[in-house]
Amino acid sequence: MAEELQGDAFIRKQIAQLPVPEFAETAWTTPPPLADARVAVVTSAALHPRDGEAFTVNDASYRALDHEERQLVMGHWSPNFDRSAFGIDYNVVYPLARLDELVEQGVIGSVASKHYSFAGNQPDDVATIRHDSGPACAAALKADGVDVVFLTPV
Amino acid sequence: MCTLAHVFEAAGLSTVTISAIRSVAERMRPPRVLHCEFPLGRPVGKPNDPEFQHDVLSRAFSLLEQETGPVLEDHPEEIIGGEDSLSCSVPPRFDPELAPAVDEARGLRKAYDRALARRGVSEVGMAVDPDGVPGALDVLQRIVDGTPWKSAGIPGGHTTAVANDIRAYYEEAALELAGAPNAGGGQAESWFFEQTEAGKLLLSVRKALQAQGAPQPVWFYMAPMYRS
Repeated sequence: MAEELQGDAFIRKQIAQLPVPEFAETAWTTPPPLADARVAVVTSAALHPRDGEAFTVNDASYRALDHEERQLVMGHWSPNFDRSAFGIDYNVVYPLARLDELVEQGVIGSVASKHYSFAGNQPDDVATIRHDSGPACAAALKADGVDVVFLTPV
Repeated sequence: MCTLAHVFEAAGLSTVTISAIRSVAERMRPPRVLHCEFPLGRPVGKPNDPEFQHDVLSRAFSLLEQETGPVLEDHPEEIIGGEDSLSCSVPPRFDPELAPAVDEARGLRKAYDRALARRGVSEVGMAVDPDGVPGALDVLQRIVDGTPWKSAGIPGGHTTAVANDIRAYYEEAALELAGAPNAGGGQAESWFFEQTEAGKLLLSVRKALQAQGAPQPVWFYMAPMYRS
């Protein structure tokens, strides 16, 4: 009898069986040298300030997060992943302290003034993110002079 | 995340995506992916380990040097979340007049408050504040005891939000009590669902809601899908 999966192994198997959006081609933008690049973080952890606008179920919008704001909560609705690490050290999801250090070391050019969070629990076709909130977020990132986006899922 | 990578790249941004589920990244083919077989919820790997986090970032950013894509590489270290429970005792019974989970939640309040004071912010607050956690547990206990869920007075009217708040209250208190700053993924969850009255109550409520004919979204997301 096959061993029954538990924990992350179970969740990974379940999610792997879900349909995913298909893209006919992979777009490609060549970045500037990393030492000159402006870097932002975008996460699907549904981060927001405690007194900020919370995410609703199936919320496909995003929140802008000031670079200096570190007291964030994870407003994701799913019970299927670990949240304790984020409470211990936000960098495990949202590595802004590490990016600040890379700027000091000259490894990256600069860090964006704002970062962005979405909620990962989306309808399977992710139509709003693909055609509405995603492009809007891209425009906001470009307006801030961002070259490189580091994407972190939960 | 893979969808956003496609969208951003098409808009003229360069992206590097951390992947948590390799087959999804393989099928969606975003431009640059570093697959990390880490506990879900920990895309940069290990809390309070700047050296490891920098290693993840370095490997991810090195993908920007590729001239063509898509490219998918694996982080060489696999991290298995510790599934053993936290070593954290639950409060002894204090008021036998209260439901066990309600009494227990009250007993954890000081630890929760210390955790809040240290971090400055809490995950509790989707449906109730910390003061509302014992009352929320009392409502859930009454559903288990037979009160129809629609008339039970579920705080905020949303079982998932209530369950998230209760679990966050407990996990934040437990990490404070256990002094486990590098606890593995799953340890706090195991402690909550296997050792506490509140965790066991959430699993019982899920069954009670099913038995009462509540729609699947009302009960399904109150606990991880593999717990019963």
